[in-house]
Amino acid sequence: MILDGKCPTGPLANKWDKHRQDLKLVNPANKRKYRVIVVGTGLAGASAAATLGELGYRVDAFCYQDSPRRAHSIAAQGGINAAKNYQNDGDSIFRLFFDTIKGGDFRAREANVYRLAQISNAIIDQCVAQGVPFARDYAGYLENRSFGGAQVSRTFFARGQTGQQLLLGAYQALSRQVAAGTVRIFPRTEMLDLVLVDGQAKGITVRDLVSGEIRCHAADAVILATGGYVNVFNLSTNAMGCSVTATWRAYKKGAFFANPCFTQIHPTCIPVTGDHQSKLTLMSESLRNDGRIWVPKKAGDERQPRDIPESERDYYLERKYPSFGNLAPRDIASRAAKEVCDAGFGVGPGRRGVYLDFGDAIARLGEDTIRARYGNLFDMYERITDENAYQQPMRIYPAPHYSMGGLWVDYNLQSNIEGLFVLGEANFSDHGANRLGASALMQGLADGYFIVPYTIADYLARTDPNQADTSHEAFRQSREEVTRQTEKLLAIGGSRTVGAFHRELGHIMWENVGMARSAASLKDALQAIPELREEFWQDVRIPGSGQQLNQELEKAGRVADFLEFGELLARDALHRGESCGGHFRVEHQTSDGEALRNDTDFAYVAAWQYQGEGRIPELHKETLTFENVELAVRSYK
Amino acid sequence: MDLTLHVWRQKGPEDKGYLATYKATDVSADMSFLEMLDVVNEGLIKQGIEPIAFDHDCREGICGTCSQVINGDAHGPQARTTVCQLHMRQFKDGDEIYIEPWRSRAFPIIRDLVVDRSAMDRLMQAGGYVSVSTGGVPDANAILIPKQDADTAMDAAECIGCGACVAACPNGSAMLFVAAKVGQLARLPQGRAEAAHRVCGMTEAMLKEGFGNCSNHYDCEAACPKGISVKFIAQLNREYALALPRLRKEEK
Repeated sequence: MILDGKCPTGPLANKWDKHRQDLKLVNPANKRKYRVIVVGTGLAGASAAATLGELGYRVDAFCYQDSPRRAHSIAAQGGINAAKNYQNDGDSIFRLFFDTIKGGDFRAREANVYRLAQISNAIIDQCVAQGVPFARDYAGYLENRSFGGAQVSRTFFARGQTGQQLLLGAYQALSRQVAAGTVRIFPRTEMLDLVLVDGQAKGITVRDLVSGEIRCHAADAVILATGGYVNVFNLSTNAMGCSVTATWRAYKKGAFFANPCFTQIHPTCIPVTGDHQSKLTLMSESLRNDGRIWVPKKAGDERQPRDIPESERDYYLERKYPSFGNLAPRDIASRAAKEVCDAGFGVGPGRRGVYLDFGDAIARLGEDTIRARYGNLFDMYERITDENAYQQPMRIYPAPHYSMGGLWVDYNLQSNIEGLFVLGEANFSDHGANRLGASALMQGLADGYFIVPYTIADYLARTDPNQADTSHEAFRQSREEVTRQTEKLLAIGGSRTVGAFHRELGHIMWENVGMARSAASLKDALQAIPELREEFWQDVRIPGSGQQLNQELEKAGRVADFLEFGELLARDALHRGESCGGHFRVEHQTSDGEALRNDTDFAYVAAWQYQGEGRIPELHKETLTFENVELAVRSYK
Repeated sequence: MDLTLHVWRQKGPEDKGYLATYKATDVSADMSFLEMLDVVNEGLIKQGIEPIAFDHDCREGICGTCSQVINGDAHGPQARTTVCQLHMRQFKDGDEIYIEPWRSRAFPIIRDLVVDRSAMDRLMQAGGYVSVSTGGVPDANAILIPKQDADTAMDAAECIGCGACVAACPNGSAMLFVAAKVGQLARLPQGRAEAAHRVCGMTEAMLKEGFGNCSNHYDCEAACPKGISVKFIAQLNREYALALPRLRKEEK
């Protein structure tokens, strides 16, 4: 099937305005008749739930955390982009659009990305009005910093905790709606199935993580804003509870999964210290504004970094990409770090690390300025590594961070299942094959505050409210399926822990489907993952019962889904015979090791459709057409 | 290093609970405290014992989920550090470590080290926001905020809502948590309009939820992983004192 993204026609700059005129509205008195389920309370979910509540819809919001304020958007450090051009440095909506399309290596939809750039400015206005304390100068105006993949300063920030402040803004808007009675919150509740009635999304089945109760919730539409899936690598910068479960269960109910192989490996994370490692910690990309990345010119150099003279250091990003230097996009910076470490130039334990050095910046600006800009990150680095980054360079290494792929959605952010909308990192739509820094916060809030409130109305206006309730046969079946799977997991009584399986899966994924992928490594993964899955269902051990708080059971459900999803990720990576963005196939590179894209054969979105257990999913394609930018070799040199 | 852990185990809210003793062996100094517990839990599972339930998520000190009292201190011995960011190099071979849940009447125990902090969400619902709906707001630079005010607001806004202040306070008071939000929004022009209603609403909610009052012990600031200053409690009291007569006048 050739998929249609249903992008509006006409000039790029007018598409969203024109489309909004064409969308149907729900009259204010009728809004309260509709109930909308929102799963996930990160930036996308909380902003959507709050805004829909303000408009008068009845909203049920779900999160697995104990409070909506804890969703993992909270951990975003560096900032949020907007095309305000407050710095008068040549920024514009078109330039933000162009940078994002190019940064994504020309694998995103033009119309979606342009809309994102258009909306970016309204997001900053909204957040300021909510009381988000963005950084200001002495005159009281907003400050900006630079991020990777851009030559302008368009990133707004609140110290190193921008995600936290934006999420708290959305959470506060949500709290206001809870008080107003339009939104109900269901914390410590995990979605385990999507329920379709007559082919339309009409509810979900959840497990109450405290009581263990498995129950259904019905609504007139379902919004998934459940984040990304890079915990398939086990070690990542994601929170421990982040999983593919909600989107994967929707996929198994018929929603297409698009571009799962587009995963982002973030270049600046604290290196692994041992087998006990449970997660990896990001050091914000904003550090690359002032930090310089280097390795010794001599492989295996044992000297302390400060004892290595300037002439014996290789500032490899500045050398290879002189015009962007240390602010090269994430995929390029990560791959370059891997290359120098593979060649033996790495530093620190196991030689899997490179230096991020603030020596020059401290000499130029003083330690106080650097502390004011990044103090919390330096403190965090010291707590984890016991090293003082004011005195010696940080050691960093790439780590899985973000998923550009996700459930397929059209221009309305509606999946191929009617009534199912997917927002934020959970969808595939805006970042192509690589996301630029400070763009995830922008997308999550654009989707939730300013897009879905319009587009969901168009769907609801065409459906009668309250068509389904939880006594419907489809809900009964879903509840039984979920209960059966839970009981099956608890009954295995094997010998290995869930964590052991997750570590093994992560190892397979990182080694074979990580920063550099080959047909051979991907075929190895496609062999190894089903074997591990088989073993999991024979030999995993989950103590306790399902009628109580059981964290091992929660983890087991998520890892079971990763064990299926990992295979789809590898399959998608094998089918995409080109290198683009975060997807690097060693067979497809230029003579100097850069990604070699193939626009003739692969300028499309790959959307996979579930065909049943043990069967190969069917591939559908959405052709990407570029009318406003020229498909070019992405150069940051 | 080898350690002896005394961990609070409690099956459910109605269960009596007890301190169980476990050995943690071959602990690396590079492990985080929670990674040490992960390893202990894997050992327990293999022995057929249910693992210790504890709350955690981001493991980078920002989500505010982790919540343990370690040797009597909320979030453990290191200043300005959440449990998830506490590393084992803070301990030494042979140490005995007591691990307990947050202790407060307003935070009932769910299981082991997991407590119910939904009372803090309800405090926020009682006014911890600016009443602005999506859309129709002025340009971001139309509201000028001097750097000092933005910085002070940010000092307060850094609160991660973990509840350590409540757990550390002998009165189980949530005043530092409430003061942080009141202090942030009262400092900004956007939040000023509703300041009186906010401080009164949140203060009443504190009483209703069973949190105690502040009697100037300052244990909250000492336990706060973000180092939120008690000066915000002073500001909270001032805002409250100014708000009461104003609201009474409005009522007339």
